[in-house]
Amino acid sequence: MTEIIVVTSGKGGVGKTTTSASMACGLARRGKRVAVIDFDIGLRNLDLIMGCERRVVYDFVNVINGDCTLKQALIKDKRLETLHVLAASQTRDKDALTEEGVRRVLDELIAEAFDYVICDSPAGIEKGAHLAMYFADRAVVVVNPEVSSVRDSDRILGLLASKTQRSSNGNGGVKEHLLLTRYNPRRVASGEMMSVGDVKEILGLDVIGVIPESPDVLAASNAGVPVILNEESDAAAAYGDAVSRLLGEELPLRFLEEPKRGFFARLFGG
Amino acid sequence: MGLLALFRSKPNSASIAKERLRIIVAQERGGRGGPDYLPLLRRELLQVIHKYVNVDPEAVQINLEREAGHEVLEFSVALPEKPGE
Repeated sequence: MTEIIVVTSGKGGVGKTTTSASMACGLARRGKRVAVIDFDIGLRNLDLIMGCERRVVYDFVNVINGDCTLKQALIKDKRLETLHVLAASQTRDKDALTEEGVRRVLDELIAEAFDYVICDSPAGIEKGAHLAMYFADRAVVVVNPEVSSVRDSDRILGLLASKTQRSSNGNGGVKEHLLLTRYNPRRVASGEMMSVGDVKEILGLDVIGVIPESPDVLAASNAGVPVILNEESDAAAAYGDAVSRLLGEELPLRFLEEPKRGFFARLFGG
Repeated sequence: MGLLALFRSKPNSASIAKERLRIIVAQERGGRGGPDYLPLLRRELLQVIHKYVNVDPEAVQINLEREAGHEVLEFSVALPEKPGE
């Protein structure tokens, strides 16, 4: 059984690609066969975050147009044997993605017995975002604890509930999960940032992960090594937990509280 | 945060954010699933009303209620206390 998961948000810059890359790595590390697809046609970025940008020969649109086979376009990850990346095309043609074409590629991945297909959605609610979510079984909605991100993600929830294959064929709809990123426990404690409970209450979703704000995320994208692979990072541990929850394990949320600081550190600031 | 910050009380902006979101999300969810023409209908009705009365755009509410077998389109305008102002 292949499960198709869309990583989406509405708003840009909240961490969709970072999340797609880390979730895909995390699932592959657990032995799953994973394909992660960049749906952001014209603005390819997943390849950079995955660190395989120099190995892109064929892309998603090439496969759809029949310029190459799916096998030729799938880039095998050098770190994790069961992980594959399908890069977005850099074409400016907005109609390059078609529902029929996307369906064909996904059907082939299903036939190839992949366990998970992660669809990294572009920002916005245009065609790319629509097609990234259309065939999904599950959705990971990436949200920053910030007003515009929360509102936009609610808009996305509306689309998941009405404009997807599962919503229209009565298959019980797309299962939705909330993933909070850039979470800053210190600012939550001081009342400057909405808490995970606040966002959960507004959106009415179950929480699959809370990723603490961390300099490791930028360092990871600089290096082209998904942050989940950084053994020393809290953000990596939080993504690891999210992957476990995706696989059905029940784990308490971590990193919701500020690490304890010593008396002098508190007194003199920092 | 230094010693002085302990004595300064800041307004709790997170609770303001939560309250604003609660209202806007509820409002936007209410409009969902309704026909696509509702926002346009609202704007055009507002333009017509504006020709006669100066109403606040916020004072115009459109609700679509579904009951068994029929739908009710409810339209309400709160008029200003002194019309024309």
